[in-house]
Amino acid sequence: MAKIIMTADDSASVRQMVSFTLKQGGYEVVEAVDGKDALQKLAGRKVDMLITDLNMPNLDGIGLIKGARALPSCKFIPIIMLTTESTDTKKQEGKSAGATGWIVKPFKPEQLMAVVKKVLG
Amino acid sequence: MIDVHRQAFKEEAYELLSELESSLLELEEGPDDSDLIGRVFRAMHTIKGSGSMFGFDDIAHFTHEVETIFDMVRNGKLQVTKTLVNLTLSARDQIKSMLDNSDGGGGADLAESGRIIAGLRALASLEAPVAAQAQTEAKHRAAGTDARVTYRVRFQPNPEIFSCGSNPLNLLAELRDLGPCNVVAQTAALPALEDMDPELCYILWDVVLTTDQGLNAIRDVFIFVEDDCVLSIDKIAEYDEASGPENHQKLGEIMRDRGDISAEEMAAVLAKQQRFGELAVANGLVTEDKVESALVEQRHVQAVRQEKQNADAGNSIRVPAERLDVLVNLVGELVTVQARLSQTAAGRADAELVAIAEEVERLTGELRDSALNIRMLPIGSTFSKFKRLVRDLSGELGKEIEMTTDGAETELDKTVIERLNDPLVHLIRNSIDHGVELPEVRIAAGKPRFGTVHLSAVHSGDSVLITIKDDGAGLDKEAIRAKAVERGLISASAELPEKELFAQIFAPGFSTAKKVSSVSGRGVGMDVVKRAIDQLRGTIELASVHGEGTRIMVRIPLTLAIIESLLVRIGGDFYMLPLSMVDECVELTREDVARAHGRNLANVRDHLVPYIPLRERFLIPGAVPDIEQIVITQVNGVRVGFVVDQVIGEHQTVIKSLGRAYKNAEGISGATILGDGSVALILDVPQLVQSVEAEAA
Repeated sequence: MAKIIMTADDSASVRQMVSFTLKQGGYEVVEAVDGKDALQKLAGRKVDMLITDLNMPNLDGIGLIKGARALPSCKFIPIIMLTTESTDTKKQEGKSAGATGWIVKPFKPEQLMAVVKKVLG
Repeated sequence: MIDVHRQAFKEEAYELLSELESSLLELEEGPDDSDLIGRVFRAMHTIKGSGSMFGFDDIAHFTHEVETIFDMVRNGKLQVTKTLVNLTLSARDQIKSMLDNSDGGGGADLAESGRIIAGLRALASLEAPVAAQAQTEAKHRAAGTDARVTYRVRFQPNPEIFSCGSNPLNLLAELRDLGPCNVVAQTAALPALEDMDPELCYILWDVVLTTDQGLNAIRDVFIFVEDDCVLSIDKIAEYDEASGPENHQKLGEIMRDRGDISAEEMAAVLAKQQRFGELAVANGLVTEDKVESALVEQRHVQAVRQEKQNADAGNSIRVPAERLDVLVNLVGELVTVQARLSQTAAGRADAELVAIAEEVERLTGELRDSALNIRMLPIGSTFSKFKRLVRDLSGELGKEIEMTTDGAETELDKTVIERLNDPLVHLIRNSIDHGVELPEVRIAAGKPRFGTVHLSAVHSGDSVLITIKDDGAGLDKEAIRAKAVERGLISASAELPEKELFAQIFAPGFSTAKKVSSVSGRGVGMDVVKRAIDQLRGTIELASVHGEGTRIMVRIPLTLAIIESLLVRIGGDFYMLPLSMVDECVELTREDVARAHGRNLANVRDHLVPYIPLRERFLIPGAVPDIEQIVITQVNGVRVGFVVDQVIGEHQTVIKSLGRAYKNAEGISGATILGDGSVALILDVPQLVQSVEAEAA
């Protein structure tokens, strides 16, 4: 069965790109427009991985990561954050919230796939 | 596996570099195009990024400097100038030569790297620690990123590692992808079942890994967990030819190096002269796990040495061109024999033999196609070279010329592409020098300031049509006529059609250029081009409108080994004419000959076509049949007929060279063997026409 990956991003184009790439890679994709939406959807279904932007309205990425880790079904899944800057402070904040890793934007589809393969096995 | 990754990177890098080149050239025209700047930046970025992943550290280092500059451009801190583009282009060449040299061979010129970086830094008015830069690069090279190195990795994740979603097993799997790898799990810290928290990780892993991708590749595997684990990576050994198989480390030394045991302890145990591992455990110095792990390392190192001796094989094979030639020749022989087989089978009423012959025919056809296919390459690689040529030359001549291309994916025989390079370079140079005018002249003539040279390649039948088109001044008919008359090539009163007049410029020593430039004008050239194209059995044609531009069409057969030809008979002998040159066949009756009053001219639909009676020319004895055939060919825009007894039909011809004794036979370019084993000569149509013209003049 195909693994399910959720992508949370307020930018439709990023969501589209991520979703397209993952689908091509044989994954099933659930899209969420912000942290709040993502958390709602996570409560309803099990996903194998979460890819989230950090800057989002309603609930930002850090909040989403913390919220997701509190859910039993998401306690151990890989969570990847998308950051625009490779600055360490944001990364650190994300890591301590429970993120598995990060991808620096802009990234190429291959880079995304590499990271997904890396954390999802 | 590692080789495949490196190979993939190199291929990608080459692609990026050519993309980079075209982006830079475009950027020169539109310096404010932020999309283009972005593309240049990203290309650099990717080369740098993946370069260091695959152990091309010198390239990554160098590219980083260039990328820094383009980051400034991207952020609007630096303007795109001609100097910047020039420097970046040389940087691109430098990266390419680094890539070229990465498979052993001489290193790239470090001084050149230094010079380019100094130039770029000067442009960005940055501090320029050039010397230091060159030094680090030198160091990087000296480190020998290509060598296979064995590392000892100890990975001890924090117990809470699962809570950030990391799976240590994935990381270990990733390490395995880097090269031959042995993993030992150390379970000493595992508590009793009732004390164990299933959400915590108690295990640490010892990994022995042999890889040629460098330390950074290993570090990259652990990039997400760096802060959540204790990680140590040590180099054990580098594998070069010098180290012999017998010099591996003893178990005790390995454990000492790992810090599991001190040197004194080791010496104490060794003094007792028993098996070290058992003793160390018995003495309570180390746990069995640790001994096991050290043993694994020892075995790994031995295994890697062993493997080292078995040569590595890659995914794609480089084969010397001669071997391919031999293969194609053999296939040619096979095609000939198969034709005989088919013919023999057809002559007998043996159904089984016919079935076999058909099977062989089908297989031979497939074999021929795939053998020829091996030699096929897209012509695009040559095209990008020309782009650069146009840019450099036009700069030198003060002209502003843009080069566009079409059909880069068109495939041609490798040898053909190689031999086509020089003639095409010449033609393009001509277009730039003689064709496209200076910007002022163009504006005065109401043309756009930028001249264009368009290069296209397209398949047409069994040949490839390469067109070079410029929108320059075009050929000056009168100048050509005057020059041709002056050189005695044509008579002053001759009324030549345009095509034939233009064909005069292929005569040796012909040049209408008023002055000699570094690019062209010495009058050597077009005849050389013509000869090179002839040798490829191709044709070249010119069309030009004065003031509007010139178009040069070069038609080249797809492959040199096998051609489509027209089989004809004169007396008892068979001859072949390349089908690509044949226009049509018409009958020639006795009455026609009588009407022409001894001139060899035939009236074909109210046009006079001169013909060459081959029976006469080759002194073939025997009676002339009542009705002969004229095979009308077109050579350089001139229609010339060849009179033969009988036209037999099309034939797939495997070309055989004639051997030394007959190599210079006039009018014959080769031979082939027919289905029944007899020999047919292949006519060299252009040469025949030329020699007849020479005799007439």
